[in-house]
Amino acid sequence: MSLKFFAHFLFIFQVYISVFLLIIHLQFHFFEIAFLFYFFAGAKPMAAIFQGVGAAATLSSSPSNSFDSNNSVFSPLTSFSVRRGASFAVVRSDGILNLNPKGRRAQQLISNAVATKADSAASSSSSKPGHELLLFEALQEGLEEEMDRDPRVCVMGEDVGHYGGSYKVTKGLAEKFGDLRVLDTPIAENSFTGMGIGAAMTGLRPVVEGMNMGFLLLAFNQISNNCGMLHYTSGGQFTIPIVIRGPGGVGRQLGAEHSQRLESYFQSIPGIQMVACSTPYNAKGLMKAAIRSENPVILFEHVLLYNLKERIPDEDYICNLEEAEMVRPGEHVTILTYSRMRYHVMQAAKTLVNKGYDPEVIDIRSLKPFDLYTIGNSVKKTHRVLIVEECMRTGGIGASLTAAITENFNDYLDAPIMCLSSQDVPTPYAGTLEEVTVVQPAQIVTAVEQLCQ
Amino acid sequence: MAFSAATANFNPLNTPSLRSHDNHLVTSVSPSPFFGSTAKLRLSSSPKFNVHRRSGSVVAVSEAVKEKKPKSTPNLLITKEEGLELYEDMVLGRAFEDMCAQMYYRGKMFGFVHLYNGQEAVSTGFIKLLKQQDSVVSTYRDHVHALSKGVPARAVMSELFGKTTGCCRGQGGSMHMFSREHNLLGGFAFIGEGIPVATGAAFTSKYKREVLKEVDCDHVTLAFFGDGTCNNGQFYECLNMAALWKLPIVFVVENNLWAIGMSHLRSTSDPQIYKKGPAFGMPGVHVDGMDVLKVREVAKEAISRARRGEGPTLVECETYRFRGHSLADPDELRDPAEKSRYTARDPITALKKYIIESNLASEAELKAIDKKIDEVVEDAVEFADESPVPPRSQLLENVFADPKGFGIGPDGRYRCEDPKFTQGTAHV
Repeated sequence: MSLKFFAHFLFIFQVYISVFLLIIHLQFHFFEIAFLFYFFAGAKPMAAIFQGVGAAATLSSSPSNSFDSNNSVFSPLTSFSVRRGASFAVVRSDGILNLNPKGRRAQQLISNAVATKADSAASSSSSKPGHELLLFEALQEGLEEEMDRDPRVCVMGEDVGHYGGSYKVTKGLAEKFGDLRVLDTPIAENSFTGMGIGAAMTGLRPVVEGMNMGFLLLAFNQISNNCGMLHYTSGGQFTIPIVIRGPGGVGRQLGAEHSQRLESYFQSIPGIQMVACSTPYNAKGLMKAAIRSENPVILFEHVLLYNLKERIPDEDYICNLEEAEMVRPGEHVTILTYSRMRYHVMQAAKTLVNKGYDPEVIDIRSLKPFDLYTIGNSVKKTHRVLIVEECMRTGGIGASLTAAITENFNDYLDAPIMCLSSQDVPTPYAGTLEEVTVVQPAQIVTAVEQLCQ
Repeated sequence: MAFSAATANFNPLNTPSLRSHDNHLVTSVSPSPFFGSTAKLRLSSSPKFNVHRRSGSVVAVSEAVKEKKPKSTPNLLITKEEGLELYEDMVLGRAFEDMCAQMYYRGKMFGFVHLYNGQEAVSTGFIKLLKQQDSVVSTYRDHVHALSKGVPARAVMSELFGKTTGCCRGQGGSMHMFSREHNLLGGFAFIGEGIPVATGAAFTSKYKREVLKEVDCDHVTLAFFGDGTCNNGQFYECLNMAALWKLPIVFVVENNLWAIGMSHLRSTSDPQIYKKGPAFGMPGVHVDGMDVLKVREVAKEAISRARRGEGPTLVECETYRFRGHSLADPDELRDPAEKSRYTARDPITALKKYIIESNLASEAELKAIDKKIDEVVEDAVEFADESPVPPRSQLLENVFADPKGFGIGPDGRYRCEDPKFTQGTAHV
């Protein structure tokens, strides 16, 4: 063979190798190629996904929460769906393109037939600046505004007056309203709760604070027997417009007795309403609505959520006590949650969106009664339900909710309802153990993946 | 009066208190006065100081009253009108309860029915001194408290029969008598449960005067409960709070020595309940609860003390129930000798004797009252018999004051808007 032939062979071999290498190279960079492809086809959808992912990413980075569907500032995903309604491609990291199987993104949800004017007013008045504050300040603001508005509203509890409240919710109120209106009680939960009930029957509107919700176990006699029942056993003669509130839930290594979730114990009591707040916006709104309500209301706050920061409207507003809150509209699965678990769910949602899922997250807010309209609409759309709660597994809110959904919407379910709750374990002190008693975002992600198979 | 000695050590503010009846109430702007105990902290410990200081300060009123008698000449503790009013009220209580027993055994009422026979002096002695706006809180033995406070016999009997014309629309029953009009705040099945509610009502009275500035609001609350309740935590917690904040309340202990089958002496380390008042800074008084006039005298002072803003009083009335704990109680434990001792001190017979001997009224007038009461009770039974039972639609009506509390149904409407709610067939 001549050198000429060898030279040709080398050249062809080189070309072959180069092309081979090029193909291999391209496979690794397929993602980028695809991006370029879609860039020319329609960049907006892609950009929105990244934007949405980015927005979800900010949620977990700090406790501050700027993401709220009721707020005038909509999340990018929501606003996109309203304006464009176009289909988009979900690109996964293995480079496989996959058009959204459901096609068009859902239309704007049917607005709740019973949405109060206040809720919609807040969203439309996006021109007012609002003010930023922490959750406990929002509760304080709500309480103070109601006390200004109605002189019959008073506060009773341990250390609510001079101390300003163990979580500072009643800070400054005793100086403003006096020792009788913001009453520091001795340590006698059963009796001062009963005293609040007696005061409510005779014309006042007390707000009873349990320093920790767990202490209200001592007041169970009064809450169960008198709070819920006296309106009925008196044949409607006496109303009990009392609000019982306090922080509960699992904190940071507070020990078993300070980490209780009483919503499961109280839920069977007839005649009371239970709500759980989770953001400064709904904390203030629910506090005000609870005080104005003629029914006895138990407002559950969470020890770890008191320092959440949010911008809330300046004007007067309330949140409807019986309604649930749509946190993130979606298509694939309905995630029902409340209180602190909302944040774990949103953190998991970020991961889920990255993986290509589109969860719909609803903060049920009203633990008794359940807002079956919002929940039902969601189930009818997604056909899959995951409940994420901090309550105990046995007899908790999740158990009741599972029963309610099965009873009312069984035909719409494609899979059995999954319920992630805390373990039936007294909350251990050790941090590592405490972490595994409550539901963590990784579990939520796994559950959604399992549910959506 | 026996009270002042007991209070002298606990109310050093003989000068007008900032929180008392005068109109110079503290505004919210100036720093509020110390809203707490005015008792001095005792630093030197003397083990028997309790008994030592208290001796002579708490006195059985019967002795005080006996001393009073010879001093005033035409000593009549009551006028004729008052006498007849008291007599009528006690006879009403007795006749009503006897009729309840009859009706129960005829199958007209069911469940637990607790009768007040023998204790009428306490109810009449106290409640007849109250105004309409004053509140009364009772226990499950509440029929006679309701009657004394002014709830019509018809309403109480209908309630016992479970009819819709009852004072609580048939929803409460024997143990849950309520009346908004007459300020009867219940009727509680668990013992001790009503005491905090009474404390709350007294708190409202104080709040109205001091915060809402209704300066003439001097409503008093009476809390009735038994000897068994005096071992319960709620009793002590409320004694503390009432004394601490000087609430206008009177705690009336109807010590009939028995809590179903548990003798007071077997369950209580110190059976003298009135002594527990001074431990919290309020006067404790013991009175013969079978004598309506003695009870009335003590009640007058206790109620006016509360009205003046001087705070609560603990009154222990030694009384006795002639029947068992409830109509289901065979009442075998109590000694017949004890029963006959107390039956001899029947309050109605005693008052009748006093009225006749003091020439306040004649036997005929009293008999006329007896007859009138019989007619009232018969009429109540007739009315209750003829009243309708509650319809199905009443089931869900009073669960919530604001029926939106039933929530939003799957169709988006509030459940209470569902017409099945008025029919009582809706599923909640």
